[in-house]
Amino acid sequence: MTIHEYQLSQLDYLEAEAVHVFREVAAELERPVLLFSGGKDSIVMLRLAEKAFWPAPMPFPVMHVDTGHNFPEVLEFRDRRVAELGVNLVVASVPDAIERGLVAEEPNGSRNRIQTPVLLEAVEKHRFTALFGGARRDEEKARAKERVFSFRDDFGQWDPKNQRPELWNLYNGRIHLGESIRVFPLSNWTELDVWHYIQREEIAVPSIYYAHDREVFERDGMLFADNEFCRPREGEPTFVAKVRYRTVGDASLTAAVRSDADTVEKVIEEIAATRLTERGATRGDDRVSEAAMEDRKKEGYF
Amino acid sequence: MDLLRFATAGSVDDGKSTLIGRLLFDSKAIFTDQLESVERTSQQRGDEYTDLSLLTDGLRAEREQGITIDVAYRYFATPRRKFIIADTPGHIQYTRNMVTGASTADLAIVLVDARKGMVEQSRRHAFIVSLLRVPHLVLAVNKMDLVDWSQEVFESIEHEFSSFAAKLDVPDLTVVPISALHGDNIVSRSPNMPWYEGPSLLHHLEHVHIASDRNLVDVRFPVQYVIRPQSLQRTDYRAYAGQVAGGVLKAGDEVMVLPSGFTTRIASIDTADGPVGEAFAPMSVTIRLEDEIDISRGDMICRPHNQPAVAQDIDAMVCWMAETPLVPGQKLALKHTTRSARALVKELQYRLDVNSLHRDDTATQLGLNDIGRVRLRTTVPLLADEYRRNRLTGGFILIDEATNRTVGAGMITSAS
Repeated sequence: MTIHEYQLSQLDYLEAEAVHVFREVAAELERPVLLFSGGKDSIVMLRLAEKAFWPAPMPFPVMHVDTGHNFPEVLEFRDRRVAELGVNLVVASVPDAIERGLVAEEPNGSRNRIQTPVLLEAVEKHRFTALFGGARRDEEKARAKERVFSFRDDFGQWDPKNQRPELWNLYNGRIHLGESIRVFPLSNWTELDVWHYIQREEIAVPSIYYAHDREVFERDGMLFADNEFCRPREGEPTFVAKVRYRTVGDASLTAAVRSDADTVEKVIEEIAATRLTERGATRGDDRVSEAAMEDRKKEGYF
Repeated sequence: MDLLRFATAGSVDDGKSTLIGRLLFDSKAIFTDQLESVERTSQQRGDEYTDLSLLTDGLRAEREQGITIDVAYRYFATPRRKFIIADTPGHIQYTRNMVTGASTADLAIVLVDARKGMVEQSRRHAFIVSLLRVPHLVLAVNKMDLVDWSQEVFESIEHEFSSFAAKLDVPDLTVVPISALHGDNIVSRSPNMPWYEGPSLLHHLEHVHIASDRNLVDVRFPVQYVIRPQSLQRTDYRAYAGQVAGGVLKAGDEVMVLPSGFTTRIASIDTADGPVGEAFAPMSVTIRLEDEIDISRGDMICRPHNQPAVAQDIDAMVCWMAETPLVPGQKLALKHTTRSARALVKELQYRLDVNSLHRDDTATQLGLNDIGRVRLRTTVPLLADEYRRNRLTGGFILIDEATNRTVGAGMITSAS
């Protein structure tokens, strides 16, 4: 036997790290919840949480902050997966919050920013103390500096200059009443790692991640689907293109990319060759300013 | 494909950001939209060239002040390896950030400017690398283009650094002459320095042998979580989940559980993908034992003839990370492996000057970014090894009980 055998592959390493994080939270924090958007990252998180506590069921519920701007494929997927796992689903609804007057629709119709008060209200109502999120550090430069255990004060705010140092595999989950921790088990994963893991684990993801024909129009150099949440304006002709989604967010804001990748293997090939980041290519919400993500996170965003 | 975590220490002046930018760029880990955004910002600020540090300095305050204030993590991969860079600022007021970045690193790159040679900062960086027991150290002698690719200059820096590193007990040192700006000896060997016969920096990062760096001798399994499915099919299932911190565990092995001291055998090592024959660090597994013993989080599974210390008197090197100082008599919360305790600071033995390595035994406190040797008494025994023997069972963090902030990092030198 050679010593060489005692080396984990990069996916095994990342999996072991994420499983450790899930267990640490379950052991130290009283009321965790897993934020599930139906996107590929939160789908991978569900698998990791399932593995971390096997053969016992995962000891926390799943929460979806529902903007009402959903791709139907994603909602179907959410309901099917939650039923398979037998976990509780908490839905925090943005349309409902608009009706109740908690938040008001923004002039541009985007519900990205107004998700935050809805999320925070649900956290308070259910007294959640730890929220698992699927954010990765390679996604965005403010996230590159965020901890795995990211402390939030009793207003849900992130203070980037006041973060707890994280050493070795020791995480500090101590909080006072009303405060919470956002936990990011996928911090060290890249987009490519996520897809390699989806391939290795044969994880199903919503069909919109694979190439399909869709009626789209062009805006700001991005391709948007013509759907009930996002209508072309004058001078934005629609056409049918072969596209897929690299990220799944608010259906009014998330753009598709031209693609022929209709299998996992082809998606991996495509991502390995691409010269644009997933958020840069597809997310209108991140284009507001250099520090758009940092600002939203300070307000309590995911 | 395996994974290498490395930390870089240095400042913008040493060319650190240029080096990271170069590694990311040459491995195609920088994307067009990121580069465009950096170019736009550089242009708006009136920089004369595209400032690649903007790629890593993501926070508003950093971009406005042109400084790095925190550890940034960056990712790239080559066909051989995936890399995680912990990019840490180099100045003395950020010692805690470098300590944080080094704690998980397999390798550290310390940069020096060939024109300046070794400076105070290089000594400090090398010391922190050795204190945190980063197994591999690379000294990158940068800006070789500005000293006419001189072999003599390089060798004199190499010599000075090596003799300093020898005092620090650095296990593996590699010295590479580079020009980050022009890409010399970064990805491939430079034609400008034919006298250099070593590997390019990336070649070294791809090939350095890290499998034997982990402790494969001393079995250490801190129990993290007890798994007991409350289901009808598995009424008797009871197992202990955790991440292996040392040694190799196998089904059938005789093991001892601390602090109780009971012995039993491993019935199986389970994962969601089925049982595995053996487990080693840093695998996260679930262990079933043959006998029913009362075990809970914070206990440690080891071998009967190879146990960690069960100790309440702890001597450790502590890096202090908070503005309010550490003083003898103080009480703190302590987290070590999966075990939490309270600790009393019994004594500050000395404070270390991280530049001169001089020990000041008249010091009465440790301030922000200070490193010193401290004696602690804990409320419950720690199941601990010397940090030099095992980074995972020898490291701990200190937490302020009032604010809950992480205020210190400790590396155990002895436990009894």
